Order: sequence, then C-alpha cells, then structure tokens
Amino acid sequence: MSAAAAPDWLVQLRGRQGSPAAPARTATDPVNLPMIRRWCAAMGERNPAYLDEQAPLAPPAMLEVWTMRGFTPDGSGGAVARLTGIDEMDAAGFTAVVATNLSQEYVRYLHPGDLVTQQVTFVGVSDQKQTALGPGHFLDYRYEFTDQRGEVVGRMRFRILKYRPTQVAAAAPAAMKPPHPRPAITADSAFFWDGLNQRRLLIRRCGQCARLHHPPGPMCPVCHSQQWSVLEASGRGTVHSYVIVHQPQMPGFRYPLPVALVDLEEGVRLVANLSGVGPEQVRIGMPVEVEFNEVEPGYVLYAFHPRAGG
Amino acid sequence: MRHPLRDQAAVVGIGATEFSKDSGRSELKLAVEAIAAAVADAGLALHEVDGLCTYAMDKNPEIEVFRNIGGRDLKFFSRIDYGGGAACAPLLQAALAVHAGVAEVVVCYRAMNERSQYRFGQGFIAPPLPNAESANWGWTVPFGLVTPASWVAMAARRYMHDFGATSEDFGRVSVACRRHAANNPHAWFYGKPITLAQHQASRWIVEPLRLLDCCQESDGAVAIVVTRAERARQLRHRPALIRAAAQGATDDQMNMTSFYRADISALPEIGLVARQLYAMGGLGAGDIQSAVLYDHFSPFVLPQLEAFGFCGRGEGKDFVKDGNIEIGGALPVNTHGGQLGEAYIHGLNGVAEAVRQVRGTSVNQVADVENVLVTAGTGVPTSGAILSAAT
Repeated sequence: MSAAAAPDWLVQLRGRQGSPAAPARTATDPVNLPMIRRWCAAMGERNPAYLDEQAPLAPPAMLEVWTMRGFTPDGSGGAVARLTGIDEMDAAGFTAVVATNLSQEYVRYLHPGDLVTQQVTFVGVSDQKQTALGPGHFLDYRYEFTDQRGEVVGRMRFRILKYRPTQVAAAAPAAMKPPHPRPAITADSAFFWDGLNQRRLLIRRCGQCARLHHPPGPMCPVCHSQQWSVLEASGRGTVHSYVIVHQPQMPGFRYPLPVALVDLEEGVRLVANLSGVGPEQVRIGMPVEVEFNEVEPGYVLYAFHPRAGG
Repeated sequence: MRHPLRDQAAVVGIGATEFSKDSGRSELKLAVEAIAAAVADAGLALHEVDGLCTYAMDKNPEIEVFRNIGGRDLKFFSRIDYGGGAACAPLLQAALAVHAGVAEVVVCYRAMNERSQYRFGQGFIAPPLPNAESANWGWTVPFGLVTPASWVAMAARRYMHDFGATSEDFGRVSVACRRHAANNPHAWFYGKPITLAQHQASRWIVEPLRLLDCCQESDGAVAIVVTRAERARQLRHRPALIRAAAQGATDDQMNMTSFYRADISALPEIGLVARQLYAMGGLGAGDIQSAVLYDHFSPFVLPQLEAFGFCGRGEGKDFVKDGNIEIGGALPVNTHGGQLGEAYIHGLNGVAEAVRQVRGTSVNQVADVENVLVTAGTGVPTSGAILSAAT
C-alpha cells in the first residue's frame, strides 16, 4: 500500500472484517443419493463408496454443493451469493474477476439425510495489488459448514481477485479478453451484419414503395410488400438523442460510455456508439459520420464520430 | 353506450409478503404466501380459486402454484407478456373471465426474488438465438445499452430536449414517492424520505438518470383476488370495482426500445390505454382522486401525467412542482411509495395500493376517493386500470 490514504470504500469495507459476509444459508435439500450420483457422473468419480445403495457417503469435495445456489440459464442469476465486498468493489470500478481459489477441510463424511448449513465470514480485503490485467484487491472469506445438530462438518477458504481492467487489455493474452456482446442474427437481418463486415451500412429498402426501414423486417409495414433490396447509406447523420452509461460496467466497453440515436440523412435511425467526442461534448443535433471498427477478428461494428457542417 | 365490462368485476382481496433484498426462500413460496393472504383477505377459501393470472418474467407456472394451494379445477390461466408492462393486464383478463362466466375466483400474482436472483440492473445480453425476440436486442446490446435504465434514459434525454425538463423535475417524482414510502411500514424505505438536494447529489447510472431516479431491486410477492361484482358485494371488504381496464401497444412498438418512431418521448401506448380507460369508465382526468403511476424510472411519470390529461403535453415538469403529486397536492401519486420507495414488484404492489385507496385503508389515504388510476410499465406494451368505490 502506498502512503496515500485508503479510499473511503476500502476503509468502510475493512470495518466489516470478521463479520458475516452473507446470511446463513441452509441447503434446500438434505444430502441425497440422486445428487451424489449426478455429481459423480459429471466428475467421472467411480469410487464405489459413494454409490453404495446401503450406506452411501457423499464425496467430501461436494461440501459446498449442498448449500450452493442454483444456476440460471442466462448466467445472470444467483450462482454467486452477493458476499460482502463484491458490490462495493464493483462500485469502486474493480468489476472484473479472472480466477478464484479455494481450499476445503473435511471434518467428517456427509451421509444422505444430513442437512448442511453454511456461514460465511468476511476475512478481509488486501491492499491494492498491481497485476498484468490491472490493479485489484483480493477478497478473503471463511466458510463453516454445520450439520443439523450444529456440529462442524467442514470448512472452506475462498479467495477472489477483483480487478479494474486496464485500457491496454489488448496486451493481455487474447484468451483473457471477454467477448464483445454479439447480436442474434435472423434471415431478415443477416444482410445488415454481413454489410458491416464489408464496412458498408446497408438499409432495407422496400421493393415496391422504396421506403427505408430499420431495424429491418420481412414485410414493409406501410405497403405490405415482401419484396426488398438494400440501400447503402451515406453514413452521414445527426444525433437524435443520447445517453452516457456509467453503470453497470460491462467488459469490452470504456466508461463513461456515450451511446446515441443517430438520424441518418436517408431518414432512418440507428443506435450507435460515438467516438472522438467526450461524454460532456455530445449534443442533440450534432452532425456525425459513420466509421467501422473491428471489435473482434471478423466482427465489425459501426460507430459515429463528429463531422463538420450539418 | 355504457361499456359492457364496466364495473362487472371487482378486486376483493389483496395480499403480500414482506419486501426485501433477499427473501431467503423460494419464489414459489413467496407466491403461495401472498396468494393465501389475499384469499384470506377476501374471506374466501383457497379451493375456491379457479383462475390464475400472472405475467412474463414471473417464473412460477400457474399449475405449480395451483398444485401447491390444493386447487381442484383450474378453468382460466393466462400469463401475459412484457414484464411490468402487464401489471394491470391481469385485471382486464380476470374481469373478462369472471364476467363471461369462464371462472369465478381469479387470483393474479407476482412473486420474484428479483434482487437476490436476477438483478435486472446488472445488464442483459440476449442469448444468440435466431428468433425475432432475441434479434431485437441485437440493435442495442452490442453498443452497450444493456439495462432498462439505459433504454429509458434515451427517451428521457429527448424529452428534456423537447420540453426543457431537467433532472430536478425527474427528482421531484422520486422525492414524492420517498415521502409517501416514509410513512409506509411495508416500504423498504420506510422512515427514509429524501430531499431534492439528495437526489441531485446521487451518482449517475445512465445520464440523464441518477441513482435516485431508478426504482429498487426487490424480492417479494403480491397477489390480488378478482371476482364478479355481484359476488363482491357479499364479501367482507368494500369492493374495488374494476371500472375500466385495458392493454395497449401501438405503431412500431418494441420492448423498451421503441427508438424508431418519429417521437420517442411520448409513450403512445400509454395514450392508447388512457383513451380506452376513460371511454370504458365514462370518466376523465377530473374524476380521478389519486393515481398509481408506474415508476420504474422517474422520468416516465411525466409523460404519463400528460397522456392521462392531468396536464398538457410537455407540462408534466410543471405539474410535479410544489408538492402537487404528494399527499395534500392536487393529485397524490404513488401513495404507497411506488417502486422507488416501497418495492419493485413489477407494479402489482401498485394495484394493491389502488385497492387500499378505494377501501380507505392506505397509510397515505386520500380523502373521498371514488376513482383511482393505476398504470403499468412504460416504454413497453402496457396496461392500466381504474378502480372505483362501489356506489
């Protein structure tokens, strides 16, 4: 730690060291054979002691499984309980996680019928560390697992590095870079995304009445023709509205992030990122011009930068 | 001509769990707790329920709820799309069902561990499936618009530009809701009013939205019971008649991102709901004593006031001044504290508050209530209702 004073959030977080990091959680289900079977199948575990119909044992490594929250299909859900420190570090800009480590200690085997409860204690937050990915802090937690009689059956130490990704993340190994969000592409919109890869901004034009539509669909909502072609836009437009995104901060974007609605001179509107303009300089009515950026190999997105005139 | 659905059905029971940030129990348990409370409040028995209605993003299937409350014959069940935009749609569909004789006792419910399990504010990336629903998110998400706040902010910025509204004007909505919540023991922000200065000092989430413009993220459940008006008169509470109920979506409607209309700040779907409600109810803005206006984000309360004719287009910023939407003002709004102050239960807690205003049991009771307006999520296909005291 440098001589500089610790920031407020860190001081406050340190004040919570030694206190519970989350409410105590009791397993939704008691230890049970079906879950043991599933786990062993997934892990390739063939030890017969774990699958003995008469007196099965739970594999000790399943210790945390019993109290773990379920996953949600979109990954947004509660796989990770919100432990003390996680939200605070997100708010301080240390939004990223690259790896965690944990060690477990087993006091006794668990048997079907045991009901496990976990209590998590916030052990502490480290001084700031400089890593290749960016500055970060380690958060440490101590888990204690008890059974239905309140007796300790196991313990766990959990350590997580929360870091602030540096803008030179490109210097990090490519595998470390989180994927930029991709669009879902249908047969109605594929031409648009293909056009971007050729650095062209293509707009659906009705084959009958020649009206332009964006986002594109299968039918002209005005004349109802399903014939269509494309028009390559000039790329000139003006800002119709805009926002500056501060929170939440997603991997792959720089914040504060300006996002605009751009009225193209052809008469359709697009959501777009802005470049070459500070968040405080964006104005409604500002003239802008398209540019194309390869955000990942083979994935081109458009953005707009200010242009002279109007 | 009198609309055939007017006053044909009534809300006769309301129930809820506590509102929290981590309920510590399953969403299904929240649902059955709220439903049991609502049915008991109505003085009915759970086995009398023969209709269930909820809306998208609730993860409790009707049949799973029905199984757990020991239901017997379920004759009407519908799950309405577009999340909070559907908050009042179950009132319409339940009224249709009981008036048509399809069902007799319809329970509408909303139960979510939104804060502890999902966190809509954390950012949304649609699965890359080649269907129309996923594809629409492709026009916003790759550019970093990943939250409801960011989608609403785009319209709010344009509204400010068009009408000269300011962040302080939005803040007055938050101040009003927090003042009301401060009196409400069930509200998360009970005893915690805010000042406009506090609103102005709160951090940016997505400019022009500050933290205190954004509703909470909440765990909890609400349920309401609807039956025929005739039967309602024999039950224990003063019925909250469904004077009018409506759903609405309009031209070039998208889910939160209707950015391609000529005018992006007008909320035309709410205008459509307003016209239907006033026509069905035979009422106008002057007949409404209190309103529950959906407040996921404070800026959208202003165009709602305009769409319902409480003020002219662009005049919402003037209407909310001087405590006009607070208790004692011309139109007390969100007397439970709204989703900014009580909890974010996707608007069904607002319907429950409208029922309390009609019954005369709100913690911030408005005098001589005859008609209460309640609306649903804005910026999405939406809905609304007017609940009335029986005469």
